[in-house]
Amino acid sequence: MTGYFADVAALARKDLRLELRARDTLPAMLLFVLATLVVFHFALPADAGDDPAYGLLWVALVFTSLLGLARAWVPEREAGALDGLVLAPTDRSAIWLGKTLASLAFLVAAEVVALPAFVLFFAPLDAHALAGVALASVGICSVGSLVSAMAAASRGREVLLPLIFLPLAIPIVVGGVGASISEEPGKFLAFLGLYDAVFAILSWAAFEYVVTE
Amino acid sequence: MAETPLVRARGVERRYGARRVLHDVSFELGRGGTLVVTGPNGSGKTTLLRLLVGLAVPSRGTIEVGLDRAHVGFVGHEPLVYRELTALENLDLFGRLYRVPERRERIGMLLERFGLWDSRGERVSAFSRGMTQRLALCRALLHEPELLVLDEPHSALDAQGAALLDQELEALVPRCTLVVATHEPERLGTLATASLALGVA
Amino acid sequence: MTKPSLTLLATLAVVLAGAAVAMIFFVAPEDADQGLSQKIFYVHVPIALTAYACFGLAAWKAFRLLTTRGDRYDLESYTGVHQGTIFGALTLVTGSIWAKASWGVWWTWSSNQLVLFLVLFLFYCAYFMLRYSIEPGPRRERISAVYALFGVALVPVSFLAIRLASDFIHPTVFTRDGPQMTGTMFAAFCVSWAAITLLAYVMYRVELAGKRTDANLRELREALAS
Repeated sequence: MTGYFADVAALARKDLRLELRARDTLPAMLLFVLATLVVFHFALPADAGDDPAYGLLWVALVFTSLLGLARAWVPEREAGALDGLVLAPTDRSAIWLGKTLASLAFLVAAEVVALPAFVLFFAPLDAHALAGVALASVGICSVGSLVSAMAAASRGREVLLPLIFLPLAIPIVVGGVGASISEEPGKFLAFLGLYDAVFAILSWAAFEYVVTE
Repeated sequence: MAETPLVRARGVERRYGARRVLHDVSFELGRGGTLVVTGPNGSGKTTLLRLLVGLAVPSRGTIEVGLDRAHVGFVGHEPLVYRELTALENLDLFGRLYRVPERRERIGMLLERFGLWDSRGERVSAFSRGMTQRLALCRALLHEPELLVLDEPHSALDAQGAALLDQELEALVPRCTLVVATHEPERLGTLATASLALGVA
Repeated sequence: MTKPSLTLLATLAVVLAGAAVAMIFFVAPEDADQGLSQKIFYVHVPIALTAYACFGLAAWKAFRLLTTRGDRYDLESYTGVHQGTIFGALTLVTGSIWAKASWGVWWTWSSNQLVLFLVLFLFYCAYFMLRYSIEPGPRRERISAVYALFGVALVPVSFLAIRLASDFIHPTVFTRDGPQMTGTMFAAFCVSWAAITLLAYVMYRVELAGKRTDANLRELREALAS
């Protein structure tokens, strides 16, 4: 068991190191989310109130994470490193978990910039909203890592990822917006927890089948 | 007393959709043997080797290899490394995943043997093709595999690198089972104990 | 046990469909509130149920594909998704017609069923995009299978999400009483459901047979060419 988590740690560290070196994905995500928030300001009518803004926050988060997820498996594809990982005695689910944790780190880093910007531009965020963001991020990265690997195996990669990710992200948006604006945020947070549990376990178990034949 | 062969292929067929790449391939390879696989381009050498290491499964037939992943080494057409990590970082990662004992010493030794010690801190993206191939060999040998599968290993190497590889193969042969796909079977000369020609009508 | 002949099943489906139409229009009483338009219910709901059944079948076949090494499951799972998508699209169309007839709008977000089908429709359309952008082979089969399994997990989760969402996103303006069906209405519903299910099964078998023949033909051509 310790071997499993040692593998996960080694793999996640590798992704963090790669990003620190290349510095292309995270800055792009940061810039994208800020730009999106600005666009939303112009997209909302003046008397819109706070509620629509919360909805748009979630749209911004989902699309920003898509940006990051699209690049998630690029290092593995470049020189066949994914085959190298699959050949290793490592559990294939550990490959998924390492990638998910690294993606989560990047998404959280983007949120550290995006959330204060949102509060500055639009409306305050309470503890429930933040909890919603945290839970949603876990769900996005869990499903996203798997789905991104699927898209990476295909020819039409860039186009395909949003198509397969967005339907799966709809419940996340519902949960997140609910946690932000509803009078009973607990319901929505519980729902996000359920989503995370179901889809994280499913992704964890299914990853093996996506990268092997 | 006959020992069960380490590798046994029976009636192996591999199709991609309608295109058939391998047809009814059967062979056996005993422990310690060296199999040379030849054939023109497109005859399925690469596919067969990928089937052997488990990166693909046969559409029909069976391939049995009496070893688990931890004891198999593979050098394919791609080096199977991370281009933006250094040689050292790559080998360290795979060393951890393969649970190589005395990892640092072994990595150092392999890098030296293949003439990469001085470049150990450089990213693979800065390597020449020959250096990358040598790193791929280091990666494949890191965990002292009992079965080593090589897909045209000489092709990317310069004369010096090829000589290093030949030396290494000679040293390995007694304790390692080899499967080598190559366009130059004569390079392996006396090392080969069996041969398989693919794609011959 | 040999599979019942396709011709027999198809004939039975047509007969049942005829019986269903007869029952819907001549036997079942007209609904007090909605009038004639309520009759669409006899078609809409069975179609929706059939779509769910197809997706469920596809997921089951996908599960079998991943856990055994059976050759047949890939085409069976794919056909299941295909049929499910067709019936899903029909669900949306009939639902839309019913909405127009009942409330005068072609679409409403307050029908949880309809919204769920929209999400599923998007999801399963993406299935085809995914499948056809991967080279045929074991990799494609496995990825398609995992995707089909995710679909089935998405159904309850999405349904829950939509239920939760309806609280604050779109207040329930239109209400529709659940079918409080009288005996004859229920009978008409069951006949219709049986007819549509059988029809779906026949279509499934026909499409599967067609795909298998295609595959065999391609293999034969390949074998002859080499």
